[in-house]
Amino acid sequence: MRALHWHRETASYADYADDEQTMTTFSIETRNLSRIFKLDRAARKESGRILTALDDLNLQIHPGELFGLLGPNGAGKTTSIRILCTLLLPTEGEAFIEGMDVVKDVWKVRRIINMVSGGETCGYGILNARENLRLFTELYGIPWRVAKPRIEYMLKVVGLEKFCGVRVNKLSTGLRQRLNFARGFTTDPKVLFLDEPTVGLDVHSARQIRSFIKEWVVDHPEKTILLTTHHMVEADELCDRVAIIDRGKVQVCDTPAALKKLVQKETALDLTIKGLDPLPDSLDELPGVQSLTTNRETDRQVTLVHALLTDPEAGGELIRVMTGNGRRLMGLETSQPTLEDVFVKLTGRSLVDNNVDAAERDK
Amino acid sequence: MTGRDEVGKVRFFMKVVVARAYVRVIGAQREMSWIIGDTLLPFLTVCAYIYVYRAMKAPPEYTGFVVLGGVIMTFWVHMLWSMAMQLFWEKEMGNMARYLMAPLPRPALLLGMALGGIIMASSRAVIIYLACRYVFDIHFHFNEPWLALSVFLVTLAALYGMGMTLSSLFFIAGRGINHGLMAMHEPVFFVAGFYFPVRRLGMLTATAAAAIIPATLGLDALRQTMLNAHDTGLISARLELAILSVMSVVFVWASVLMIRKMEELGRKSGKLVLSEG
Repeated sequence: MRALHWHRETASYADYADDEQTMTTFSIETRNLSRIFKLDRAARKESGRILTALDDLNLQIHPGELFGLLGPNGAGKTTSIRILCTLLLPTEGEAFIEGMDVVKDVWKVRRIINMVSGGETCGYGILNARENLRLFTELYGIPWRVAKPRIEYMLKVVGLEKFCGVRVNKLSTGLRQRLNFARGFTTDPKVLFLDEPTVGLDVHSARQIRSFIKEWVVDHPEKTILLTTHHMVEADELCDRVAIIDRGKVQVCDTPAALKKLVQKETALDLTIKGLDPLPDSLDELPGVQSLTTNRETDRQVTLVHALLTDPEAGGELIRVMTGNGRRLMGLETSQPTLEDVFVKLTGRSLVDNNVDAAERDK
Repeated sequence: MTGRDEVGKVRFFMKVVVARAYVRVIGAQREMSWIIGDTLLPFLTVCAYIYVYRAMKAPPEYTGFVVLGGVIMTFWVHMLWSMAMQLFWEKEMGNMARYLMAPLPRPALLLGMALGGIIMASSRAVIIYLACRYVFDIHFHFNEPWLALSVFLVTLAALYGMGMTLSSLFFIAGRGINHGLMAMHEPVFFVAGFYFPVRRLGMLTATAAAAIIPATLGLDALRQTMLNAHDTGLISARLELAILSVMSVVFVWASVLMIRKMEELGRKSGKLVLSEG
């Protein structure tokens, strides 16, 4: 059996021999995967008795691919990863890692996977950074002579070289998150799950992590990464292909460039408005405006608006309404459509708004 | 399955045991605050009972009863809070998902926690024992040293086997079990006879306590073998050793079944990790 490998440089799959015996083994595959949670009494009042976290999820990810699952909080990204990591059973459907069933071949699957959840820390505060990484490699039976160079390398990658002898309970949350990220790579997994790996990290650290992921996939073309994120820029920058997921369903799946072509007929405008006042509701009803997403920057006291226009001439009316009531336009530029625009076009909602809603619910 | 595979499996098992035990052992060395909380305070409690017995002019072996009670109590408390609650703490710390996702043998994880815990608690128990031994000039008899040693080791095996089993149960029960454990403390100290010969409770109560709390039988047997307190013993020390051996096997076997069951239930319900996304 031969696998079909993703070629990052050409953004295509390698040709394989014209042989009847040749079969495609996906690195990760889900077939009609569903997961329903029974809710506890407190949650039932708001959401009913059950919550459908995943609904007929179908994914086919090839070996060597860096595949992104992009969606707002609560879309089902983490649930998918937990099922694929053997931590959760699906309610219906099947999932396979390197052709092995995550329900039936649990132990075989566990040998070749690892997972990093951003925003989480793990390990023991009483141990130092190096000891923690060593502990986690020992749980995979990796000999110290093999683990040691990997650990030293990863400590360097995440900038913990100077702190490797410091007890973890004396490290900042950010450093502990970076240590957790390093942990995922020290076991040299064939399939790696990165669940929002840069969430909670400062801009510089997040950039470092993203650069490392990019380098790692180039250096390890046989390894597969499934990355979940609600940062469209991250998905766009890193992923070979992206599946946009919402309410447990895949809305669309393709390369970032191909996805953005879905909204290429539209014109994207980025506007900077002075002040943080709410924008008029009538904006949503303006003809020719397909979607609007806003982001308030409190430190600069400005509101950033990203608008997707089906009719470029709608831009004038948009600016007129937006700058009424003393609001001042400080900047205007046309931009390329983003994956956010794709999400909005497909779901009618914004990734950012959904995340805010989810955060409000969590409170 | 070849011999090499088997050796590899055993080596992996031992590697996990040592790796997990290391956390506890190194923790005891690096956080010395336990000397106050885990040795000085229990030592003061033991002292209080010794002074009470001496003021009442109780037979001198009662002083030894209290010291041995203090030693076994150290293991009991440690087993409950650091072994039985450990899987729950691991979940709170974010480690449980990492453990369950790894291909490690689950019993090795439990055994590592237990061994590390025994080593950690032993240092506390030895300090309490030596302090009492020399402050109060208590003389222990070691007429049957191998029997005493066997009783001690098998008591620890039964105690920590119980802890290994409870760890999965407490994991499923969640945070609420904390309050249950707190409420159980004093009644267990009482029925286990940590400060007096358990036979004084009457045969029925003492037997009932011994049937569920390995510390009761272990302590009674230790008192018989180290203090020649055969008159106050519940049953013969050898019989107690035999029962404790059976309890050890049953608890360790139950712990393997329980962690398997816990993982199965957790994967079904989604409660192996902190939150759902």
